[in-house]
Amino acid sequence: MRSKYIVVGSSHAALEAATAIRLVDPDGGLTLLSRDQRLPYSPTILPYVVSGRSQPDDVTLRGAAYFRDNKIAFVPGASVAAVDPAQASLRLASGETWHYERLLIATGAAPVLPPVAGLEDVPFHVLRSMDDAVKLRAAIGAAKSAIVLGAGLIGMHAAENMRKSKIAVTVIEMEAHALQAYFEPEASTIIERVFAANGIRMLMRQTLRSVAETGDGCIATLADGTTIAADLLLVCAGVKPNIGFLDGSGIETGSGILVDDLMRTNAPNVWAAGDVAQARGFWGGKVVNGILPNAVEQGRIAGLGMAGDPGVTAFAGAVPLNTYGFFGQQAVSVGRAGEGAGAGLEIEQSVGDRAYRRIVFEDGHLIGIATINDFVDAGIMAQLIRRRTDLSAVKSQFIADPKQTGRQLMSQLWR
Amino acid sequence: MTACAQEKARTDDLAHSRIRILQNGAGVELALCRQCADPICVMNCPSGALTKNADTGVIDWAAKKCVDCLLCTAGCAYAGIVYEAAVGHVSKCDLCDGEPACVSACPREALELRTAARIFNAYADKEDLFCRGLAACHGCNSELLIRHTMRMVGPDAVVAAPPGCIPGMGTVGYNGQTGAKVPIFHSLLTNTATMLAGVKTQYDRVGRDVTAIALAGDGGSADAGFQSLSGAAERNDPILFICVDNEGYMNTGMQSSGVTPYGSWTSTTPVGGAMQGKRTEAKNLPLIMTMHNCSYVATASTAFLEDYYVKLAKAIAVAKTGMAYLHVYAPCPTGWRFPSAMTTQVCRMQVRTNFIALWEYEPGHGLRFTHPVERPEPVVNYLKLIGKYKHLSAEQAAHIQNTVDDKIAYLRQLSAMAAARRGVAAQ
Repeated sequence: MRSKYIVVGSSHAALEAATAIRLVDPDGGLTLLSRDQRLPYSPTILPYVVSGRSQPDDVTLRGAAYFRDNKIAFVPGASVAAVDPAQASLRLASGETWHYERLLIATGAAPVLPPVAGLEDVPFHVLRSMDDAVKLRAAIGAAKSAIVLGAGLIGMHAAENMRKSKIAVTVIEMEAHALQAYFEPEASTIIERVFAANGIRMLMRQTLRSVAETGDGCIATLADGTTIAADLLLVCAGVKPNIGFLDGSGIETGSGILVDDLMRTNAPNVWAAGDVAQARGFWGGKVVNGILPNAVEQGRIAGLGMAGDPGVTAFAGAVPLNTYGFFGQQAVSVGRAGEGAGAGLEIEQSVGDRAYRRIVFEDGHLIGIATINDFVDAGIMAQLIRRRTDLSAVKSQFIADPKQTGRQLMSQLWR
Repeated sequence: MTACAQEKARTDDLAHSRIRILQNGAGVELALCRQCADPICVMNCPSGALTKNADTGVIDWAAKKCVDCLLCTAGCAYAGIVYEAAVGHVSKCDLCDGEPACVSACPREALELRTAARIFNAYADKEDLFCRGLAACHGCNSELLIRHTMRMVGPDAVVAAPPGCIPGMGTVGYNGQTGAKVPIFHSLLTNTATMLAGVKTQYDRVGRDVTAIALAGDGGSADAGFQSLSGAAERNDPILFICVDNEGYMNTGMQSSGVTPYGSWTSTTPVGGAMQGKRTEAKNLPLIMTMHNCSYVATASTAFLEDYYVKLAKAIAVAKTGMAYLHVYAPCPTGWRFPSAMTTQVCRMQVRTNFIALWEYEPGHGLRFTHPVERPEPVVNYLKLIGKYKHLSAEQAAHIQNTVDDKIAYLRQLSAMAAARRGVAAQ
C-alpha cells in the first residue's frame, strides 16, 4: 500500500495535521492509520462516557463524510508494528506494509502500570480508549465501590464521574496532593476538599503495596497496612508516549519522540506531534507536554511542514495549559503556576474557601497563573506568557483583576 | 450588552451578554467571538460540541454535547468564548442567526454586521479569469478588484484596458499563461469607451452575447479618456465601464490628473516655496457621469466588497442593453505613500470620513446612498494616514474638510430629491 502522506493516529494532533495538509495540498494522497476500530474521538472525553453524560457514538470528531469530502483514507484497526525510514515504509501488526513520502507519528500515550504486587493477577481497568470507557461504564452498573489509583486529571475526572453514578469511591495517590503536576498544594487542597465533601475518600501520600482478587472484586493493601475492598479497580497512574514500535527504527527518542521546532524527527520525512512528541519547552529543555491544545498546535505545524508550506512557523515551546471542571466548579492553570519561591520570582496568591488565585511573575513578566472559581481567559493568559509581555506597568491592576486586565492587554496588543 | 443578555437569556444580567465591552483608555474595545475561519476553539473541543458552520460562517456550540471542560477558552486568544458562573457554561456570540440584537440596539452605528466573508462561499469556486503573477505594486487593491470583478462577470467577456496601472501590471496578454484568460485589448488612452462599444457591436452582430467591460484608470476616464467616455455615455452604449481611481497617473511617475484632490502632493503638483500640493479641486467624475445618459452609475470601495458586489451585479445586467459606469477608489501605497498593509484601512477611512461617499444612481430613481455615514470622522483622520498629505497646513486641512462637507451636502440634496420623487411616484 502507498500514500503520499501517512498519519499514524486519529486524535487531535493527527486530525489537525490532516486539516493542515489539506489546506496546502488538496489532492495528495492522505491516509490516517488508526489503531482504534472507531471513528476519531478524543481521549479527553472518556470520563464523560464513563458517567453517561456523553454517548460513545455522539463524540466523533470527524465522520465518514468529512473523510470522503476531503479525500482522506481513514483506516481503522491499523496498528503500526514497525517503521523503516530507510525504505520510507511501515509495517502494520497485520503484516501489511505501507509506503509513504511523508510520515507523521501521532500515536499518543498509553497508561503506565505502577509496580504493585499482584496487579497483573487482578482484573483492573484503565481509561485511554473508548473500549476502556465502555467497559468501565458497564462495570459501574454492577459495582458499589471503586478504587482509583492515581489523582491526576484522568483519575480525578473518573473518580468524580463514578461518584455521580452513586459508587463509593476511594482515590489513592502516592504524592502529597491531587493534581500535583498542575496545581500547588493550597489549590489542590481546595479541590480535594470538594471531592471529600462529595463523598469521595481521598487518600493522599499513600502507596499501594499490593492488590489481590476476591470473589467479586479486589482488596487493596496500603503501605501502612490499611486494607480497602472494592468491586472495581481503575489504574490512572499516568501515561507514557507510545514509542515501543520505533525500537530499531533509528528514530531518536527520549521520554517521547525527539523533534525539532518544526516537529521533524531525526529521520528524513518523519514528523511527530502531540502526546507522543518531546519538543521544545517554552522555558528550555525538551518536554512531553501531554495536553490537548499542545497536540493541536504541534499537529498544525507538522501538517504544514509535511505539505511543504513555506509559511510554517516554528514551535515556540510548550506551555502547560490546563482547564479543569469538577463538580460544577472550575480551575485553570497556565504556565508555571505551581512554581515555588525562587530568584527573580514574584508570587501573588489569594486563597479563599472556594476561590483561589495565584499569579507568578518573573522580572515583571507573567510566567504562570492558576485560579479556582475565578475564571480567567486561559487563551489570553497563554498569549501574555508566550509573547513575554512586560507587565511591569500594569502589574497591580493585573493582580487585582487579571481577567479584565488581560482582555484590555489583548485589545491593545493583538486585537 | 443589555440587548444581548435580553436576546439570549431574557435578563438584564450582563454576565449573560456574549458581547463584552471593555474600557481601554479613552476608548472602548470588544471581547467578542471573531468567528475565526480557522478556529482553534473548535480544534480544541474534545466532545464535538463546537463546529464551524460552512454555510453561515458561525462557530456553533451544541449545549447537549458540551462537557464544560473549558479547553475552548484555552484556545481562544480573544476572549471570544468564556465561562461565567451566572451562566453555568461557556458561551459565545452566534450572530443571532444573522440579525444581531446588539447591532440594532446600537444608536451610534458603532456596531455593524459585515458579511463580506460570504462572498468567498459564493464566488470561490468560480474561475479566476486572470493568470497568476500579475505584477501590481505591493498593497495595490486594483488586482483584488479586477480578479473579483471578472469572477462575477464570467468568461463570456471582452476587456478593454487603456494605458494605466492595470495593463502595467501585466493583464494584457491572452495565451492562458500570462494576463487575462478572456479576450483583452490595450485600447488607447483616448478611445477606450468608443472602441469597446464598437467591439461589442461586432459581437452583437455575429450573435455572441458578451459583457464588454473597460478596466480604466482615472486618466483613461477623466482626462484623455473623457471625450470618448462621454460620447459612449451619451449614446448609452451597452458597455460596463469601470474607472479604477487612484487619483493620478500613478504608473508613469505620479503625475496629477483631473481627479487628484486639492492639496495632494504629486510630481506635477510638488510641495515647495510656491506650491503646497495641488491648488485646484478634483472634478467629481461619477457625479458628472450621472449627468449623461448612463443606465447605471455607482461609486464603490474595496473596503466594502459586499456593497460592490451588489452594484457590480446590477451593472453587469444593465450593460446588456445600456451603459453602466462604476467608479471604484484605489488608494495607491506607492504613489500616495502609505504602508502597503494599510490599503484596506485607507479605503475604509475614505468612507468613514465621507471623503468619498458610496451611492448609486439610476435614471428615474435618482441618487441613493448605499452606505450612508451619518456621523463621519474628521477628514484629518484620513489625511494623516497618507504621505501625499503630510505637508498640509491646518488651513489646507480645514479647506478639505469644507470641500468634503459641501460635497456630501450636495449629494444629500440629490438623495433627498430622489427620495421625495420616489415617494410621489409611489402614491
